[in-house]
Amino acid sequence: MAFYSTSEFKGGLKILLDGDPYTIVENEFVKPGKGQAFNRVRIRNLKSGRVLEKTFKSGDSVEAADVLETDLQYLYCDGESWHFMHLESFEQYQVGEAAMGDAAKWIKEQDHCQVTLWNGQPIAVEPPNFVILKITETDPGLKGDTSGGGGKPATLETGAVVRVPLFVQIGDTIKVDTRKGEYVSRA
Amino acid sequence: MLKARAALQARLRAFFMARGVMEVETPILSRHAGTDPAIELLQTRYTGPGAPAGLPLYLHSSPEFPMKRLLAAGSGPIYQICRAFRDGELGRRHNPEFTLLEWYRPGFDHHALMDEVAALVRVALERELPREQLSYGNLFRHYLGIDPHAAGEAELRSLAIEQGIPGADELVLEGADPWLDLLLTQCIEPRLGRGCLTFVYDYPVSQASLARIRPGPPPIGERFELYLEGIEIANGFHELGSAAEQRARFEQDNRVRTSGGVSPLPLDENLLAALAAGLPDCAGVALGIDRLLMVTEGVSSIEAVMAFPLDRA
Repeated sequence: MAFYSTSEFKGGLKILLDGDPYTIVENEFVKPGKGQAFNRVRIRNLKSGRVLEKTFKSGDSVEAADVLETDLQYLYCDGESWHFMHLESFEQYQVGEAAMGDAAKWIKEQDHCQVTLWNGQPIAVEPPNFVILKITETDPGLKGDTSGGGGKPATLETGAVVRVPLFVQIGDTIKVDTRKGEYVSRA
Repeated sequence: MLKARAALQARLRAFFMARGVMEVETPILSRHAGTDPAIELLQTRYTGPGAPAGLPLYLHSSPEFPMKRLLAAGSGPIYQICRAFRDGELGRRHNPEFTLLEWYRPGFDHHALMDEVAALVRVALERELPREQLSYGNLFRHYLGIDPHAAGEAELRSLAIEQGIPGADELVLEGADPWLDLLLTQCIEPRLGRGCLTFVYDYPVSQASLARIRPGPPPIGERFELYLEGIEIANGFHELGSAAEQRARFEQDNRVRTSGGVSPLPLDENLLAALAAGLPDCAGVALGIDRLLMVTEGVSSIEAVMAFPLDRA
């Protein structure tokens, strides 16, 4: 088992706490001039995405988490799992619903995703920041309205629903920012 | 920022000049070092004439010991602005190399010196700030409702958990002092010195460091700290003058170092000899120039006030 001492702490370091993998978001060294030093850290649970704070005594060690982020291509969904492949090693990975999270509603076959592997198993999937998707359902807009003010819901080919300007119609393809779940432009 | 630093140091030198405090220089490289278990030292080595086999030297963590030797030799009031060095310290408020202002006032106790620190900070900030002053005991009573001189490890631990310090329930800390440090830095310090000068004085004897002890109950270490905008700026003592007591504290420090798995350090016999010869009754204080600049310039990172912090040194 590998361990990290608090002096190795920095943003992005992957550690294991209570059996879960975490990434360090922020690390602050706190020390009174004549007293005990501490590291106050903000850490993100790589499985749940939850961010929490923790205090360590400086000099303490924490177990390292074997975590790897890798670029995988999405192949298909068999109804239960999403299948991905590494384009160089051709290794295939099966991702369950929990690890897919929101990514499932944004990606189409052949899209590339950033996948977090813990001990070789996928635990989180990051969709591309921007995706181009076709609108399959939306109310017809009012003729002549090009302002985009207000907007209306539109269902995309992947099932996701985003707000779009009134002039956007069924069959249009649009660019969406997956981090905010927001319409960017027509594509 | 360079101009602000140069102007600040010029104001500080003028302040001491006007008050008849003499500027001195003492070695940065020293054969001995402070034994404070909370401070790790950087070490180097001189080899050459006088020491063909090599002489291990410490980069001082403060100029305290040689300045006390000057005082014992009859220097009168003295100050020094110098670089000081500490291993293992890097963060928003720490750089392993930093600028320290240290000064000593024969005939002052820690209260008289707090007055002078306040006057100096007024000159540094170029404005008058209100001043508040709390004993360490009242500080903890006021903010956390406990008596830090009486509270034991278990009570402090449950208080830390109750205060919601994240991860406190899993921390392993030995004795009351590290828990007091945790509560101070997490729950109290951020609230100190907001728009004012906060002096904290009269510390538990276990945190007296190099301060003299006033008999109790409870016995008190005559030490003080200054906080500005949630930042620890200065630490001062009504200085311990007894050579025997100083030797006992060095030895105690070394016992703590050894039990903490850190190697003990050689005692500074030169300092002990000077104390035995007679240190005038005096108070002394060390003030972090970089942190003071952080406050005058309104920045939250020590890197912002240094031309070349560690990663560019």
